[in-house]
Amino acid sequence: MRRILLRIGSTVLVLFLVSVATFALVGLLPGSPETEILGPNASAQDYERVRDELGLDDPVLTRYVDWLGDAVRGDFGRNLVPPVEDVSTKIARTLPVSLELAVLAILLSLAISIPAAMISAHRPGGRVDRLLSVSAFGLISVPTFLGGLLLILLLAINWRIFPDRLWVRPSEGGWVENLRHAFLPALTISLTEVAVFTRLLRNDLIDTLQQDYILAARAKGMSAGHVMFREALRPSSFSLVTLAGVSLGRLIGGTVIVERLFSLPGLGSLVVDAASRKDIAVVQAAVLVVALCYVVVNAAIDGVYGALDPRTRRGSI
Amino acid sequence: MARSEPMVSGAEPEDRLLLGAPPERRPPGRERSSERPLRSAALGFLGSAGLLVLALVVLAGSPALVQVVLVGAGLVLARRSIDVAARARWGNGFDTTAALCAVWLTALVLAALLADLLPLAEGVDPGLTLREPGNLPPDLFSSHPLGTNNLSLDLLSRSIHGARVSLLTSLMAILVSLVVGGLLGILAGYLRGPFDAVVGVVTNTVLAFPALVFLIAVITTVGRPTSLSDATVKLGLALGVIATPTMARLARATTLSLAQQEFVVSARGMGASRIRVVLRELVPNVAYTLVSLALVIMAVLILAEGSLSFLGLGLQPPSPSWGNMIADGQETAVLREQPYIPLVPGAFMFLTVFSFNRLGERLRTLTDRS
Repeated sequence: MRRILLRIGSTVLVLFLVSVATFALVGLLPGSPETEILGPNASAQDYERVRDELGLDDPVLTRYVDWLGDAVRGDFGRNLVPPVEDVSTKIARTLPVSLELAVLAILLSLAISIPAAMISAHRPGGRVDRLLSVSAFGLISVPTFLGGLLLILLLAINWRIFPDRLWVRPSEGGWVENLRHAFLPALTISLTEVAVFTRLLRNDLIDTLQQDYILAARAKGMSAGHVMFREALRPSSFSLVTLAGVSLGRLIGGTVIVERLFSLPGLGSLVVDAASRKDIAVVQAAVLVVALCYVVVNAAIDGVYGALDPRTRRGSI
Repeated sequence: MARSEPMVSGAEPEDRLLLGAPPERRPPGRERSSERPLRSAALGFLGSAGLLVLALVVLAGSPALVQVVLVGAGLVLARRSIDVAARARWGNGFDTTAALCAVWLTALVLAALLADLLPLAEGVDPGLTLREPGNLPPDLFSSHPLGTNNLSLDLLSRSIHGARVSLLTSLMAILVSLVVGGLLGILAGYLRGPFDAVVGVVTNTVLAFPALVFLIAVITTVGRPTSLSDATVKLGLALGVIATPTMARLARATTLSLAQQEFVVSARGMGASRIRVVLRELVPNVAYTLVSLALVIMAVLILAEGSLSFLGLGLQPPSPSWGNMIADGQETAVLREQPYIPLVPGAFMFLTVFSFNRLGERLRTLTDRS
């Protein structure tokens, strides 16, 4: 119980510090909101009026408390730079894209890496295992943007199996079209993840396969497939579950490069665009949402991990 | 584990699985070629040279896919031949891939150092290439062996100049993060208590904060770098800050296990001050672990620098960096018509990152004390 409270406490503290850091960092951006809104040629009174309306001349602490107070109620205000709209609307439009991308990428990675790890672990050191391990090494050395470009070049331009870089919302083109367009970006993201996932699960599987109860199952005449799927996979999957969760948290809002490359309207692009245009309210809101996702997913995974694997409930560092 | 015969009869593969085959075992097929290794290596070289000549000279105008497959096959055969010859000469423990990685990195570093002395075509200043045709496809036997971009700048020369940016920036970042992160981590792990808690919370905050937003804020504040030295300082420091929490965590974890060991306890027992313990006992030992990881982190940092440049936050074009060169080729039209424009710097980047990863992994297993 005490551990859970400590966990929640430190989560809240990290969130708080992220909010402070966001708030402080945005102040560092060059330029000023009033010139972004009115352009460089407005009169001094107009600048003054806008600064006043936005409360930019209030003390820092007042501004921070005002902002945070609204933010925890889900109101991030309106953005400063035109086109003006509610920041919450912006977030609500971009977050689903990033979420879908992250979840798809993780599912795809698991779908590829679990069979690959099983094949590897079946004969560690064998030809297939060494081939897969070299491929994994190659995959983690491919920069995301290069991997994405190669996939586009091969699958969208040369062979035209998938469409070239466009995002179709499920509300516009239906789920099938949406998934067809989301596949390449998700695959691009999963290239790196697959390598890491496979390596982890392979090593865990090899460890598990050394255990006595596997020996017992084998001695009873269970087939290799039965041993792998029914006996070995579940106890070997704990660290994979954790890692998949951590990756999920990292990927929400952390897929800027893929969003840029595939011109997807996601949260990552929103942050980058807003930051380069000094759109304070948007950056603050988006960063806070991203950090919230990251921290919450991480904390949730910690909890799930403890529930799944009794060995970790006590005595861990 | 006690050996017990499985009840399944004739289950040779199962038996091997059951006993857990040693991971680095070589398949029996490999040893056969070692009976006359030099002869088979020479034959292999001849074969691969033949394949390369066939692909690049005889079939010069044929579809790219055919050439790529033949060149690939030639290179695989060449690697295999080197492998056979090197094993015959230096014994079976020779790691050919790692050796090839080291050769690549040495060549790249030398080329980057001597770029101004090498007979390379113009790759940086578009004002000097106005009269030359642009978008030349790669032709190994011309003055532009790897082709030119739309401004007629030589891609080989640009890739080598790009290597300077990647290598210097990540070197800078790794030094910063090693020193700052290493010290913070050691102090946190040794002193524990409130200092550890503060470092922990700050580390978690930096990790939870989107790195790109931080980098954008920094780059827009200090301005996009326009020259090599500018990029090294600005990007190197910014990336160093991003890499510091990871280093701090590593250093802390290493310190935690070291601090329990006899040599630290006995140093304290002999009356060494805390500062002396940190500087003379902990720093050298933690540095050993961190430096053995530095090559792997170098690979990550090169990727990070590439991503920044790809997003338009790195070195300002037309000064070349691998990231902005690849970004030049991301539009569909360029990808379809001149795929070599992104692929040439991409190949440089991939080979470099792969080499750092591979050598780092090798170094890590060599220095692993557990």
